[in-house]
Amino acid sequence: MHVTVDMNLCQDHGQCAIASPAVFQMNDDGKLEYNGNPDDSLRDEVEEAADVCPVQAILVED
Amino acid sequence: MSAHVAVVGGSLAGLRAAEQLRSAGHEGPITVFSEEAHLPYNRPPLSKELLADEGEPTADDLHARVAFRRRKSTEDVDFQLGVGVEQADLAAGTLQTYDGQTHEFDGLVVATGLRPRRLRVTGPEEGRHVLRTLEDLIRLRGQVRPGQDVVVVGAGFIGCETAATLLKKGCSVTLVEPTGAPMNRVLGVELADAVQRHHEAAGMRFVIDDGVHGYGGGDAVAEVQLASGGSLTVDLVIESVGSVPNVEWLEGNTSLDLSDGVLTDNSMGVVGADRAVAVGDIARFPNPLFDDVPRRVEHWSIPTDTAKRAAQSLQAMLSGGQAPDAPFAPIPSFWSDQLDLRFQSFGSPSLADEIRIDEGNLDALTDGVLATYLRDGRLVGSVAVNLDPARQRRLRDDIAALAP
Repeated sequence: MHVTVDMNLCQDHGQCAIASPAVFQMNDDGKLEYNGNPDDSLRDEVEEAADVCPVQAILVED
Repeated sequence: MSAHVAVVGGSLAGLRAAEQLRSAGHEGPITVFSEEAHLPYNRPPLSKELLADEGEPTADDLHARVAFRRRKSTEDVDFQLGVGVEQADLAAGTLQTYDGQTHEFDGLVVATGLRPRRLRVTGPEEGRHVLRTLEDLIRLRGQVRPGQDVVVVGAGFIGCETAATLLKKGCSVTLVEPTGAPMNRVLGVELADAVQRHHEAAGMRFVIDDGVHGYGGGDAVAEVQLASGGSLTVDLVIESVGSVPNVEWLEGNTSLDLSDGVLTDNSMGVVGADRAVAVGDIARFPNPLFDDVPRRVEHWSIPTDTAKRAAQSLQAMLSGGQAPDAPFAPIPSFWSDQLDLRFQSFGSPSLADEIRIDEGNLDALTDGVLATYLRDGRLVGSVAVNLDPARQRRLRDDIAALAP
C-alpha cells in the first residue's frame, strides 16, 4: 500500500493522526509526518484517515 | 441474492454510504440518485479556498478541486446525476424520480441532507445569495467584487467563515445576527463575545440582536432594512440562517417520524421502515455518549461516521445476517477556519450548562484557548482555538471516554 499526502493541500488539521496514529503523526512543530509505505494490515485505518481528512489531501494506492 | 440498494442523495453521505455498503459485503447493484449536476464533492472549501480564489476558474475547474476520489469498490455504482427523487413508497420498495421514471429497490439509504433555510421577507430577490452547493458558489463568485458592501445574515459558523473570506477578499462585511454574539449557541457567550471582539479588530462589523425586516432596492437588493428600524447599504446579501431537512419525498410514508429530519434507532435504521437506513445530517439518532435523546448533527464528520454503521445495518437487514450490537457512539467533531483562528471541537458543546475557560486568555485567542463544556458537572464537549494539533488526540479521547 502506498500513501501520498498532497502537502500543498494539507492544513495540519491532524485528523489522520487520530484515525491512524501508526502511519500519521503531528510533530512538535504541529506539522504532519507520515509513513508512505505502511503495512497492508493497516489498510482499514489508513482509508479511514483518508476519509476524515477535511481537505481530502490523502491518496491511498495499492 | 443480489439486492438492489437505492441511495437517495449524492453528496458526502450518499458517497460514503455506497463505499461502506461495499465494505460491509453488499455485492448487488447500487444506484445513487442525486439532484446535483456534479459527482460528490467536498463542501467546506466552498466558503473558504474556493470563494477566496482570485483566478477565473470554470465550473469544472472548481468541481475538480473538491471532487471526492472514487474508490475502486464503487466504480460500478450507478450515479444518476440531476435526477431528484419526488417520492418513495418504502413498504412497496419503489420510488419515482422527477423525470417520471419508477425504480424498484430492495434496500434504501436516506441521504438527502439539508437545504439552506431562506428568509421570508419583502424586497428584490436579485442579490440575495446562499452558499451550500457548487452552483451557489459559482453564482456568488460571479457577483462578488473587492470593495463591495456585503451583509451576511446569520453569524453561525458558515456565516462567520464566509464573512472572514470576503473580508480578506477586500469586501466591507457586516454580519447581522438576531440572537447574540457569533456562534454563541455552540461556543457559549463568553467565548463568542471574545471571538466577536477579535473579528471586529480585523475589520468585520457586527449588528447583534437585530434581524432583517426586508430588503430595499429596484431590480436588486441595495438596502437591508433592519427590524430595529435602521438600514444598511449593500451590494450583496448572503443568508446563512440555518437549514431545512430534505424529507418531503418521504412524506407519503406515515409510519415515519419526519418531525426533524428522519428518526432512526441507534443503528441508523429508519424507525417505521424495514429495509431503510439514514445517513448524514438528515438522520436524527440517539448517541449514548450523551443520553438517549435523538438529535441531528450537522457536522462534516457525521456522514462518514453514520455511513459505516448504517451500511452494516442495511446489509444485515438485506442478507438476514447479524447486525453489530455494540452501541453506536460516534464522537461529534468539527473545525472552522476564520481569519487567523482555527476552531477544533469534540463532543457536543451546545448541550452544556456550564463552560470553563481552562487555558489561555480570551483577549489573545491566537495564542491558544481551551474551553471545556459540562452538563450536570459531566464533560460533554471541548473547543480548542489555535491549540497545537498534536493535542487533539487527547481532547478526543476525553470525549470517547464518555461511552457507557
